[in-house]
Parts: sequence; C-alpha cells; structure tokens
Amino acid sequence: MDRVSFDLATTPLREINAFLHRAPAETESRTVILDRPGGVHNLAVGMAHDWRVTVHGHVGYYAAGMNQTAEMEIFGNAGTGLAENMMSGRVVVHGFASNAAGASAHGGLLVIGGDAGLRCGISLKGGDIVVGGSVGSFSGFMAQAGRLLVCGDAGDALGDSLYETVIYLGGHARSLGADAREEPMTEPDYQEVESLLARAGGNFCTVDPGRFRKIVSARSLYHWNANANQEY
Amino acid sequence: MEKTADASRNLSLEESWGYDRKTMDYIRHAAAHGLYEIRGLGAKRKLPHFDDLVFLGASMSRYPLEGYRERCSTRTVLGTRFARKPVELEIPVTIAGMSFGALSANVKEALGKAATAMGTSTTTGDGGMTREERNASKILVYQCLPSRYGFNPEDLRRADAIEMVIGQGAKPGGGGMLLGQKVNPRVARMRTLPEGIDQRSASRHPDWTGPDDLAIKIRELREITDWEKPVYIKVGATRTYHDVKLAVHSGADVVVVDGMQGGTAATQGCFIEHVGIPTLAALREAVEALEDMGMKGTVQLVISGGIRTGADVAKALAMGADAVSIGQGMLVALGCNSGTWTDSGGRHQDAEADYRTLGTLPGYCHHCHTGRCPVGVTTQDPELEQRVTPETGAKRARNYLRTLTMELATIARACGKQDVHHLEREDLAALTVEAAAMAGIPLAGTRWIPGKA
Ligand code: SF4
Repeated sequence: MDRVSFDLATTPLREINAFLHRAPAETESRTVILDRPGGVHNLAVGMAHDWRVTVHGHVGYYAAGMNQTAEMEIFGNAGTGLAENMMSGRVVVHGFASNAAGASAHGGLLVIGGDAGLRCGISLKGGDIVVGGSVGSFSGFMAQAGRLLVCGDAGDALGDSLYETVIYLGGHARSLGADAREEPMTEPDYQEVESLLARAGGNFCTVDPGRFRKIVSARSLYHWNANANQEY
Repeated sequence: MEKTADASRNLSLEESWGYDRKTMDYIRHAAAHGLYEIRGLGAKRKLPHFDDLVFLGASMSRYPLEGYRERCSTRTVLGTRFARKPVELEIPVTIAGMSFGALSANVKEALGKAATAMGTSTTTGDGGMTREERNASKILVYQCLPSRYGFNPEDLRRADAIEMVIGQGAKPGGGGMLLGQKVNPRVARMRTLPEGIDQRSASRHPDWTGPDDLAIKIRELREITDWEKPVYIKVGATRTYHDVKLAVHSGADVVVVDGMQGGTAATQGCFIEHVGIPTLAALREAVEALEDMGMKGTVQLVISGGIRTGADVAKALAMGADAVSIGQGMLVALGCNSGTWTDSGGRHQDAEADYRTLGTLPGYCHHCHTGRCPVGVTTQDPELEQRVTPETGAKRARNYLRTLTMELATIARACGKQDVHHLEREDLAALTVEAAAMAGIPLAGTRWIPGKA
C-alpha cells in the first residue's frame, strides 16, 4: 500500500507538522503513519486537509489540536488538550485521554476508548465527544453546543454552567454542576445516542442506548438575576 | 456661600469622611438591589500616573534636535525573539483589544482603517475576528482568550500576531462580560451562544493551567502557524514582576502589561477600582523583570492602561516600554462622552437626552455595558451604531494617533533623540514621592528614589 511513514525518534516534530500542513497532491496517498511518538507534544496540530494519520504509541499535549478535515487514530494514550478546538474531522484515541480532551471543539468527532481526565469537553462549541470509559470532574464545563456522550461515570460538577451542549451519561455522576439538570430521554435522544455510538464505531456499536440519561442546562444562569444571592 | 447661609440657620453639616454621601449612596443602592454595580471603562479614582513625571529636556549637557527639521524615527518592531515575521509598525502606539460585541462593526472597521493609515495594529477581542476588521486592518493581532469564542485556525492563520490573554487591567482574574442587550443575532452566532443571554466568559483558559502548560500551548500555536507569527502574552497588572518573568519563561515574544486604569466594556465596579496596580508601577516592575533576565530588547514590552497623550507615550517609552496600547483614548476620539454625535450631513446632533435616559450626562458616562451608547461607539443597536460611520470614525482615530505621534516626536527631539526609542529613564524626573517610588525615577531636584538607598 502506498503510504508515508515517519519515525518520531529520528524526525523533528517541525518537519512532520510542516508536511501535514500542506495539501496532498491529487494522486498522493493520504495515509501517514507516525511511529515512536514518545509522548511528543503538539503532534499533527493545525491539519487542514484530508490526511489520515495513524500514531503507534503515546502522544503528549494538544495532539491534533485545531484539527480541520483530517482523521487521526492513536494506538496509545493522549495528554492534555487532545483535539482541542477541533473544527471538523475525526480523532480517535484507543487508550486514555488526559485533561481537557476536546476542549472548545467547534466540530468533528472525538472518540476516547478509555477514560478521560478532568474538564473533558470544557467550553465545547459544537463538536461531538464519545468516551468509552469515565470522565473526571468539571467535564462539560460551560459547554455551549455539541454532544458529550460518556459510557461510564463522571466526577464532580458535571456540566457546570452548561449552555446548549447535551450530555448523555451511561453511568453515574458524583455530582452535577451549577445549572445542570437531568431531563427525561425522548425518542429523538435515543436516536442521537444510537447515531453517536454508530459513528464512534468499533465496540461502541454494541453499547445499549437504553442505559443513557440526559443532562442539560436548566438555563437559570442565562439571565442576570438580582435575587440570585451570589449563586454565580 | 451656601454653607455659611445654612450654618447661619444653625444646621449641623459635618460630613463624614468615611461615610460621605457617595459611600452612603453606594450602601443604599446595595441595600435596595442586592447586586453589585456593573459598569464600563476603567478606574476613575486618582492614581499616581504619568502626569506625575516630567522630562528634563536637553540644554548644556545634552544637545537637542532641531524640532521641525531633523528626523526622529518612530519605527517599532515587535516579536523579534522567535517569530519568522515580526510585526513592523510605523509608530509605537497600537490599538488595544476590544471585542466586536462590545464595539459595533462600524467602530471596529474605523479603528482598522485608522491603524492602517498610521502603520500600526489593531487587536481583536472576546468574540473573534470580524470580516470588517480583518479587511480594514493591515496588521491585526488575534486574541486567544479563555472563552475561545469564535476562535478558529483559519483566523489564526489570517492574523499577523497572536495575543494570549491572561487578564486585563480593569479586572485581573476576571472573565469577559456581555449583557444580553448586546448579544444580537450576529454576536450570538460568532460566540455560539443563544441570543440575548447575559454572557459571562470564563476567566481560566480551558486547556492549560500554569506557566509550564502555557509554554506547550504557545508552541502549539507556533506549530500551527509554522512559527511565523509573534506571540504576545497579555497580563493585567498585579504581581507584574513575577508575571513578566513567567511570560518570558513561557516563550512570549512580546509581553503586554495592562494597568488598573485600563478599560473594559462591562464588569463589577468593585473590580475596576480595587483589583490591580497602577500602570506606572506595573511598567517599572515589568522593565525590571526583563532587565533582570537579560531579556530587555529581546522580548518587547507593550504597556497599556490610561495612555492618553503623546507625553504619556513618551514617558512610557522612556521608562522602558517598546510600545503602548490604547483602548479608552480611542473610544473618546470616536466620541465617547461627547455631548453630540455627527450625522451623515456632518451636522452635530445633541445626545444629552440619550445620556439622561441612561441616568447620566456627557462627561460622566461609563454605561458601555448597557449597549445604549448615546454616541454609537459601544453598541450593537442598528440605529445607534449609525452614529459613528467607518469613515468619520477612521478620520478621528487617525487624527488622534497622528497627534500623539507628533507630540511624542516633539518631546524626543527636545531630549536630543533621533529615535523615540532612545528616550531613557535619565530623561525623567518625578513630581511626587509616590510616583518616584513607583516609577523608580528620582524626585525632581533630588537624587532620591524612595526605597533605593
Ligand atoms: S459614551 Fe458610549 S463608549 Fe462612552 S462610556 Fe458612555 S456608553 Fe461607553
């Protein structure tokens, strides 16, 4: 098969990112293999073309940051800020993701096979995040749009100060954040969950949509309220 | 007179200093509403400032330049440390970050046009980059804020520099605020928020927490933009000496320090007046930090917060800033607090009734948060925003920038400098003990700097 591969142990990060910033030629293979990443930070950030990147090993902070269009699959764990501010495309990590995974993502799909750390989906702006394991505290903080689906549990203050993001939770949250509340699942919600799981692919296709609950904004912080007694 | 007349009627009129009428008004307001005051602009109280410094000028020991003939360079380069394309400015006066949302699209465009005509930069704000501003502004600094509203890689690549905003002088430690009346459909769309909500931005960045994370974050932004663009770090003035050191450690090309006189479109009044330190003190601390690290000249320093005149600019440069940034002054140039606005026929229209509706008068207004700016500067209202057109606004802003530049060059020549960046601390004297201590400049007529031997 026609493909390009880089060995991070011998190739500078700058060279790889510069390679991934240009548009592939018409006939060029889109597949890029990255070996021995060794936890490097800022790997494949700012991609804006339809590259399909596979990483064998662990990545550091901000992998696939601000991604547009490209797809990236990581066979390992990811550090803080995985796919932060993603605009479109698809990022899959088979292991764990650290803090702030998918922070402020405007679009695209982020799939985390294992657990995610604190603040998963913080300030989410339209992207979708599917987590196979559990998420840490303050996940979905001030999330504005898009969906956060968590198959496992959540830590404290899930969905604190939520705007219009919808959170689907398979397990239990230690606590909900200010202005977040559970609402009954509707038929369209089950369809959303099913389609998110299907888009995440792999083992997610076998997860039962029936076990999810829905957390949304109570919208009581949307307007300035003189009687709020410092609750915000 | 009045007092004597009253006294003759045997009234007791001994006002308390601690509980004066202003303080009692404040307490009654609090008691009535149970909510703090929200307002715009910056600190209103009197603070030690550039007014408390004077230039010594050339005479016997120094040789002046011919005021009207000899050239005095104002060229300024920012971002020489790491960026492949540093920002090259014709003048050391830049326009501070003010959001679309807080300001109208017309005003953003006017500022962009004025800056382009004068060879300087404008800065985006919370809420992202507008088409109008990008097209009008030849050099545009793109802010990366905690909210990340509208933040996207395309605008990042379109920018000429990136400013990581940690805080601002009016409210160090606080996030942005835009009340519902200003969140119209376009503003809401840009920020991915429902229309009309009272919007309170985050005060912490979502994906980094300390200076070590920030160093990685900055390298990410550099990687995304192929190391082309200068990265600024903006801090509100608090523990400035340490903050500047950490900003340098985090990999900044440029550090922007915003003193407590710096403005805002909306925040709590108690925040504006009681959090942060004056620009004068912050500037000295910042310069000291760069000098102690041997980074003066490698990392450029931009100071803001209450820069109003060419003399202020000159004093800031003499104290060690590479450039200044102006927000409120630009708004005033565009008509803020003026009693009139100019219609399309060039006629002045009285705005007093509109100030009265806001419960204030021209000269006292700080009501930017309401979105009902009587002169059309800080509004999203389709009617009010017509009170500043891009053309008239650009002309006034350009004239203001030109005046500042001429004043700056006048002072520099008088001090014998062929380049405004050659102004130095030795050219200054302080008029008050407070200013001498904060600025680290000897009290006039002495060699005394309080706190230094
Ligand atoms: S005149 Fe307009 S810009 Fe000036 S303080 Fe009042 S509302 Fe703000």
